[in-house]
Amino acid sequence: MRKMLASLVSHVFSGVNQKPAMRGLLASLNFSNDTTCDITKCDLYRLEEGPPTSTVLTREEALKYYRAMQVIRRMELKADQMYKQKFIRGFCHLCDGQEACSVGLEAGIRPSDHIITSYRAHGLCYTRGLPVRSILAELTGRRGGCAKGKGGSMHMYAKNFYGGNGIVGAQVPLGAGVAFACTYLGNTEICLTVYGDGAANQGQVAEAYNLSALWKLPCSLSSERIATTQWARLSREQQPNTDYHKRGNFIPGRKANGMDILCVREATKFAAHYCRSGKGPILLELQTYRYHGHSKSDPGISYRTREEVQSMRSKSDPIMLLQERRRNSNRSNVEEWKEIDADGKKEIEEAAQFATTDPEPALEELANYSCTTKKK
Amino acid sequence: MAAVASRTAGLLRLRAAGAERRWCGPRCAGLVQGFLPPGGEGAAQKRRVAHFTFQPDPESLQYGQTQKMNLFQSITSALDNSLAKDPTAVIFGEDVAFGGVFRCTVGLRDKYGKDRVFNTPLCEQGIVGFGIGIAVTGATAIAEIQFADYIFPAFDQIVNEAAKYRYRSGDLFNCGSLTIRAPWGCVGHGALYHSQSPEAFFAHCPGIKVVIPRSPFQAKGLLLSCIEDKNPCIFFEPKILYRAAVEQVPVEPYKIPLSQAEVIQEGSDVTLVAWGTQVHVIREVASMAREKLGVSCEIIDLRTIVPWDVDTVCKEECFLNLEAPISRVCGYDTPFPHIFEPFYIPDKWKCYDALRKMINY
Repeated sequence: MRKMLASLVSHVFSGVNQKPAMRGLLASLNFSNDTTCDITKCDLYRLEEGPPTSTVLTREEALKYYRAMQVIRRMELKADQMYKQKFIRGFCHLCDGQEACSVGLEAGIRPSDHIITSYRAHGLCYTRGLPVRSILAELTGRRGGCAKGKGGSMHMYAKNFYGGNGIVGAQVPLGAGVAFACTYLGNTEICLTVYGDGAANQGQVAEAYNLSALWKLPCSLSSERIATTQWARLSREQQPNTDYHKRGNFIPGRKANGMDILCVREATKFAAHYCRSGKGPILLELQTYRYHGHSKSDPGISYRTREEVQSMRSKSDPIMLLQERRRNSNRSNVEEWKEIDADGKKEIEEAAQFATTDPEPALEELANYSCTTKKK
Repeated sequence: MAAVASRTAGLLRLRAAGAERRWCGPRCAGLVQGFLPPGGEGAAQKRRVAHFTFQPDPESLQYGQTQKMNLFQSITSALDNSLAKDPTAVIFGEDVAFGGVFRCTVGLRDKYGKDRVFNTPLCEQGIVGFGIGIAVTGATAIAEIQFADYIFPAFDQIVNEAAKYRYRSGDLFNCGSLTIRAPWGCVGHGALYHSQSPEAFFAHCPGIKVVIPRSPFQAKGLLLSCIEDKNPCIFFEPKILYRAAVEQVPVEPYKIPLSQAEVIQEGSDVTLVAWGTQVHVIREVASMAREKLGVSCEIIDLRTIVPWDVDTVCKEECFLNLEAPISRVCGYDTPFPHIFEPFYIPDKWKCYDALRKMINY
């Protein structure tokens, strides 16, 4: 009887362009283990309406997001460990705690869209398709690294992913340029330009806002607000206006909960749709948190307490929040999660093994690609 | 000659001037052999901590009581002296309030107040422009750029505003009381954006002074001179020496003159010129040359890059008397690399090799 009802409803709605709420209804009747989730309303600036406050999380999506976030988390912790063991040296900026941002941003756009970000890029590297082994091997400076071992932590690249940029804020005008190319080439692609709190105070970011708005570039400027700029606490000492989604002045913006992957996803989808429709740039502020310090030289508790970090871990951890959503709707995937955990752990261990045994690049690579011609 | 894998790098300038010094020839002809590191093949695998050994200068007793300080402590001492003496002096930059990422401003905010030692947002162009503005009114501005690699957004302000202010206003205005400090040079693992030595970009800019110390004693004296100098100064601090260099440094303020190179060691055959960390590399090269080649080297620490001390380095008619072309040993024409740093840096082996070639020219 239930099956007949489900197939009848399916038949009735199959020809209709379904809105998320309808799909939610359909999902419930399909008994496909999907969950309808409420998400926090975004703060809006210069926008009449914002992203939806409810969305459907399918079982497949739940598992996919869980896997991605777990892999990123483990990868960052493994990088931390390898740094302490001196396999990785130099400047290493970890993003554990911010997994919902990378996975959510990716979930809200198409693979053919473009992303550019700051040096805290390992999460986005993974979601953009780089295998863990090539990320870890780049950290250890081996030839199997995604930049042939020549870039290191801050300079990793992939298709439609322009890094990985060392200088704070320098990526934002570049992102505007990539967005311009999308319009110029006549495709419907957009550019997600990601930056942090500190970059918001760089002059070139204001210039990028201006250029994007002037030429209506399909640029979604996404700031990952972690309430710290490098080592210093975000405060009125740093800027009078700490609402990043309003800093574009004439550019509309919204602020979303960056620890909730569904919130990030929906906000990103909204932004992508806005940009693709030719309305120009839009700002997205994601309130997120990093568990580690700014870099491996920063203990992370110079300007915040251990208790604060612990509190964020226990109350707002993005992986935990995703699991809770499924648990609360009695659609827990515990066994599947365990399997994913084991699988992810194996992937990371193998990648770490590769990253420590792969040979370093040949000395000839030192001079290669300074200019276009490869030296013989 | 075996290449030794070393961790850290510095920038080297090596020139040999024959001038009035004649090359006497190597004393031991048979000693020209590859310089293998001690321990043979196995040692070549081992990565050493640094490509140099810091050599402290003898304690200077002319400035009163001294205290053991490393480089960052000597910088703090200089800044402390400045803020105490000059009530208009202010220190600002990213993260300076808590003491700075290299601990150069530890304790200063507590001692002098938050209106004199304060953080800025992350905006190098704004920091320097703001500093120029302070200096133009006559107050003393000490701006910190967190790494010399980040100085480029401020390049326009330095070159087009700070350097030209006095000239273009016919001396009506100037920003001479501006000093910009920045950690400089390689550190062993800094890669592309935490290792750069950008002094050459500023060396072609009249109107500013660029100074690089080799040691804590030099740093304090030179920094105090920069702060009190009536021209905008950029003071690059070799970050690898912040903790590695320890010396007895006078507690009271003292100044070391700018635009005056120092002859650290006199010699008769070859002149070696360097600045910052690299001075310690060429000191070792000079020892190697003396032991293995019987060559006497003169070592000059340039100290001020611009305006530089031409007279000390090139005596009159020196170019008419050189017995070999001048040799430059420095990083390659690539961005400062990530994994290749040990091969990129002008270590003592490369310098020694260049010296040998010059001797045999």
